Amino acid sequence: MAGARPAAAGADEGLRGSRCPGCGVAAYPAVPDCPRCGGPAAPVALSGTGTLWTWTVQRFAPKAPPYAVPADGFRPFLVGYVELPEGVRVLAVLDGVRPEDAVIGMPLDLTAGAGVPRARRARRPDPAEVTG
Amino acid sequence: MNATDVVVCGAGITPFGRSEASGRQLAVRAVRAALADAGITWSRVEAAFGGSEAAGNADTLVAELGLTGLPFVNVRNGCATGGSALVCAVEAIRSGAAEVVVAVGFDRHPRGAFDPLPAAWGLDEAYGTDGLMVTTQFFAMKIQRYMHDHGITARTLALVAQKAYANGARNPNAWRREPLGADEILASGMVSDPLTRYMFCSPGQGAVALVLCSREAARRTAGVPVVLRAAVARTRRFGSFEVFSPWAPAGTPTSVSRDTARAAFEEAGLGPGDIDVCQLQDTESGAEVMHMAECGFCADGEQERLIASGRTAIDGTLPVNTDGGCIANGEPIGASGLRQVHEIVQQLRGRGGDRQVPGRPRAGFTHVYGAPGVSACTVLTR
Repeated sequence: MAGARPAAAGADEGLRGSRCPGCGVAAYPAVPDCPRCGGPAAPVALSGTGTLWTWTVQRFAPKAPPYAVPADGFRPFLVGYVELPEGVRVLAVLDGVRPEDAVIGMPLDLTAGAGVPRARRARRPDPAEVTG
Repeated sequence: MNATDVVVCGAGITPFGRSEASGRQLAVRAVRAALADAGITWSRVEAAFGGSEAAGNADTLVAELGLTGLPFVNVRNGCATGGSALVCAVEAIRSGAAEVVVAVGFDRHPRGAFDPLPAAWGLDEAYGTDGLMVTTQFFAMKIQRYMHDHGITARTLALVAQKAYANGARNPNAWRREPLGADEILASGMVSDPLTRYMFCSPGQGAVALVLCSREAARRTAGVPVVLRAAVARTRRFGSFEVFSPWAPAGTPTSVSRDTARAAFEEAGLGPGDIDVCQLQDTESGAEVMHMAECGFCADGEQERLIASGRTAIDGTLPVNTDGGCIANGEPIGASGLRQVHEIVQQLRGRGGDRQVPGRPRAGFTHVYGAPGVSACTVLTR
């Protein structure tokens, strides 16, 4: 695979971000300096479950390059921002979610693998959703 | 208020859309049209600023325009290219470095969505190979959330595009000149939910040039002057939600457009309520809806009622994108910002032709937005 990945060391791992001890702002991918106050940020493992903040469907094949068309051809895919409890909304491809089932606020599991972060339906209901 | 007023004395534009002409050829035509409008020759121009995203360096235009030795600075600032060129021109005039300045923006893009490379935007290669370097995704996701939060419907998105095509039909330089109805727009095929094909602008081609002068120098031109009260360009701040963001902080997002518009109104000493006609970045229908609020023209959610009641039409109380905007003119990145200014200049001069805003508008506003969170705004008065 070409290029260094932003946070992933292997398949299906949690996302590694950073957090500013001063102002509490978390970031993804990890950055050495806080994007808000400029102070030093420390590495942090981000939660693996969040909620869908917004989404859309990529219905046409992006231009290649930079897009790498899958071996079995382009298929429309969902993409969205998943909000994690650390206060980070992470851009991710949504696997196994159909457009008609996508709902803002739905719980999703988020993992880092080869490539960009990937999200899929949460295996367990989000406790916040149950009590909320 | 500023000590030195900057005056637009000449404005030139080419037809937008597709032709065989190169971007540079279009730029030369636009500059010559602006000079003719001002009634001056190229030799009177003391400095120039301009650029394109994908059609070459503006300073090479001296080969066709004349080798007068003037300073000509290339500007390459994405969608804010035209706006940034204007800011440079204004500063040159206010500083006393030059009295007659040209700003030019032009472009020519291949068909289809833009195909930016991740490295040029400071992003990991994976965002390109996995298909996330697509600007349409961002605009779709931003309006998707906005509709959820503020009760905007898909029909309102269609009405924005319907207005764009109706205004484009009245603009001889527009690319899309066929009126389209809201139902047809809604049924044109989903591109990136909730946005359909006819809600989007297309990358295209075109060029625009302006002749800017000090008040003193303006007296020696033949153009009908319009005062450029403010020209501001900005980048994003923390907390905003912008194109090509691998992540964004939680909370209610702000935007670079909000900051830029506020700064432009402050510089002009005017407010949104003073504006009679405005041009807002409409990369797609949702962008126009959101930019109405971000630029201060309404509260979040009010667009649903304002647009349905025709308030943003040419004969409404706040006409938006009277020339058809990006949706009807296409998006040649380097040219769009100055196209907006050109349109306001024509409206304030009363030369809007079939699309003239009634009631002799006195003040206009322009706004562009683009990746990775840049914006440029102007305020003009007659």
